[in-house]
Amino acid sequence: MEKTKNNNVFSKLYNMPIFWPLICLICIILINFIINPGFLKIEMKDGHLFGSLIDILNRAAPLILISLGMTIVIAVQGIDISVGSIIAISACVSATVIVSNGPVSLAIAAGIFVGLLCGIWNGFLVAYIGVQPMVGTLILYIVGRGIAQLITDGKILTFTNKSFIFLGTGYLLIPIPVYIAIAVTLIMYFIIRKTSLGLFVEAIGVNREASRFSGINSKRVIFALYAICGLLAGLAGLIICSNIKSADANNAGQWLELDAILSVVIGGTSMSGGRFYLGGTVVGALFIQSLTTTIYSIGVPPEVTLVVKAIVVITVVLIQSPIFRKMLNRNKLFRNYKTKKVAEV
Amino acid sequence: MAGSNIVLDMKGICKTFPGVKALSSVDFQLVKGEIHTLMGENGAGKSTLIKVLTGVHQIDDGKIFLEGKEIRITSTEAAQKHGISTVYQEVNLCPNLSVAENIYIGREPMKRGSIDWDTINKNAKKLLEERLNLKIDVKKLLSSYSVAIQQMVAIARAVDISRGILILDEPTSSLDSNEVKQLFKTMRKLKAEGMSIVFVTHFLDQVYEISDRVTVLRNGKFIGTYEAKKLSRIDLISKMVGKEFNNIENTHKKAGDASIKSIEDNFVKLSKLGKRGTIEPFDIDIKPGEILGFAGLLGSGRTETAKLIFGIDKADHGTIKIRNKEYSYIYPLKAIQEGFGFCPEDRKVEGIIGELSIRENIILALQSSMGILKYLPMKKQVEISEKYVELLKIATPSIEKRIDNLSGGNQQKVILARWLATNPQLLILDEPTRGIDVGAKSEIMKLVMKLASEGITIIFISSELQEMVKCCDRVLVLRDRMIINELIGEEIKEDMIMKTIAEGGSSYGKN
Repeated sequence: MEKTKNNNVFSKLYNMPIFWPLICLICIILINFIINPGFLKIEMKDGHLFGSLIDILNRAAPLILISLGMTIVIAVQGIDISVGSIIAISACVSATVIVSNGPVSLAIAAGIFVGLLCGIWNGFLVAYIGVQPMVGTLILYIVGRGIAQLITDGKILTFTNKSFIFLGTGYLLIPIPVYIAIAVTLIMYFIIRKTSLGLFVEAIGVNREASRFSGINSKRVIFALYAICGLLAGLAGLIICSNIKSADANNAGQWLELDAILSVVIGGTSMSGGRFYLGGTVVGALFIQSLTTTIYSIGVPPEVTLVVKAIVVITVVLIQSPIFRKMLNRNKLFRNYKTKKVAEV
Repeated sequence: MAGSNIVLDMKGICKTFPGVKALSSVDFQLVKGEIHTLMGENGAGKSTLIKVLTGVHQIDDGKIFLEGKEIRITSTEAAQKHGISTVYQEVNLCPNLSVAENIYIGREPMKRGSIDWDTINKNAKKLLEERLNLKIDVKKLLSSYSVAIQQMVAIARAVDISRGILILDEPTSSLDSNEVKQLFKTMRKLKAEGMSIVFVTHFLDQVYEISDRVTVLRNGKFIGTYEAKKLSRIDLISKMVGKEFNNIENTHKKAGDASIKSIEDNFVKLSKLGKRGTIEPFDIDIKPGEILGFAGLLGSGRTETAKLIFGIDKADHGTIKIRNKEYSYIYPLKAIQEGFGFCPEDRKVEGIIGELSIRENIILALQSSMGILKYLPMKKQVEISEKYVELLKIATPSIEKRIDNLSGGNQQKVILARWLATNPQLLILDEPTRGIDVGAKSEIMKLVMKLASEGITIIFISSELQEMVKCCDRVLVLRDRMIINELIGEEIKEDMIMKTIAEGGSSYGKN
């Protein structure tokens, strides 16, 4: 009796969409712990918490933000590859405000606002003009860094404004970016799951035509999703530039869009849209950041880091795929069958 | 007509797609120099038969003989090699190339390693003039000519490739009556030259104008091949629809005396509503509480009319008046807020949201009419879903199961529940019994009657005339994208509906 109950709990957990991403995350943390037993240690210094885990959380914050945006866009069979460029634009805009001695509040508002504008542009192209999402966001992907360079006149802007830097480097027991990431995750969860937006997003992602027959204005919903995605990228841009105390039009947020897409996929949301998992995405982003940190900390030579990352990601995606798991199971059955036969003989 | 000059002989052709038997043991014979029309409603298997013949699909069973020798058509290239060429419904040429290029694309004559443009242009001109009586400048871009000319160019290309067999798949659907005449003249000329033509059309008049023989398919089954002259229109239709005259039982029972409650009562009034190229402008007064049927063959404009009323397609003509509020067009959300509901014809594509649960599918329309911010609490969602699962007897272990795991009949009930949850006053049911088993069919029919008796106005569309006769208070008959007649009360009988479709009948809306 006891055992079947346990089995039920396990199978329930096993069937939860967040199961595999969590397993992956736990695995990579364990690997780190084996290599470096001090990995899990968290210390208290000057009223701050220090440790590798805290560090990962801190660094993962911008990735979590844009991955959340990416999740809802992918859920309606779209994609936004321009988020890295939006980060550069927002970083450069807010840095310009700070460098010209503008108020911090204006810098923050401006950064978020240009992110929103970029998202609106993407949403307009994709939802109302009907451009393919990949092509539509490719425009801003390419031109975005150009715009960022125009804003900064091609220079790397550095600044020392303490209250602005606090946003990316400050501590209140734990780093400020972590608070931002937690707050945004909660707000997103509320907006998506406590209104009917989530239902509409999933309905559009599964069957846009049938959603239209049910009275859903899919254009307006898709437009809003891209706008949200842009806004979150703007916020991520603020954190990144404040963290490194400078805005670099060429390198801020580079390749981050790819990490975000990976986080979404690892989190269990299908690239073909439909059901999406915000929680899975957050875990996926934490996994990607842990992986990056691990690769650096165990001293993988720089020329092979990307290859190692690729191998790990392929493995994770394969493990998640139900078809691949079925293949594995079949092999196992086959082996069992063989050993049984041998035993009989 | 039989005998040795049979060009093409298809015997016992079978083709199965996952879940559908598209063709089951179909026979088809084509005689040299005849125009042979393929008739049948949408989904009868016409296109599949043609695709089998042109190598798009491979047959599962059966034999194809070309001039007495058995052949295998494994690809579209193979079909062309055997001299079978096709002009498809949509012109599939390149508008940005010249007429001559379009005719010879892919098989350009070469001279010393480069394309011989002089020969191409000369041959193209000769081909069009001699075989199609068409004098145009072949060096001009194809896009500079009308659709009718483009169609001719496509035929010219097909004729040039063909060695005896030409397939025209609904070539007339985008032509006006003069252009159709022109096309028929060309077809007769080709026929006189010994070409065998397979012709597909939806238009009855054209069948009788041009064809020598007619083959009728229904639900993938071979019904028969007939001499066009000896087959009356009414017979042709009953063969397509699958009902003989003598064994039609008239089972018309009124759904209460709801028929004409109060004519003065303004509920929904459609005036001159129409959309160019889709449906001719029409007037309909929908009376509260009635069951109004749209009858006609598939493709006659029934679904298009319904989509216009619900705002899926935007009308470009006329007005919709709902309880004294007038709109020049309407959109689905507005329609839902005005108390309309619409169960679409294609349940898979337009109805169910496959990956989502039964609960989510049921509350979807209600939720969209309430907007994004007013999210139904989970308790309420479950309550509504469970209520309708019980009321409509939807067979499922749980409301959280995915809808695409249900049977067709149960899926249809979920879609019905989606609209009942919005508490509709006008429910449009487009083929609500299509593709579901007999038991579920009668359950759904009972439900329709029950809803009507509760005062919900219903627009009922079905290919099964028996169902219409059973439940409708009033039937509008459509043909060739136009409402042609209205039948009321005792006039609603299967033979009357078929006769109206066949003959065209009176002048609806002109008095």
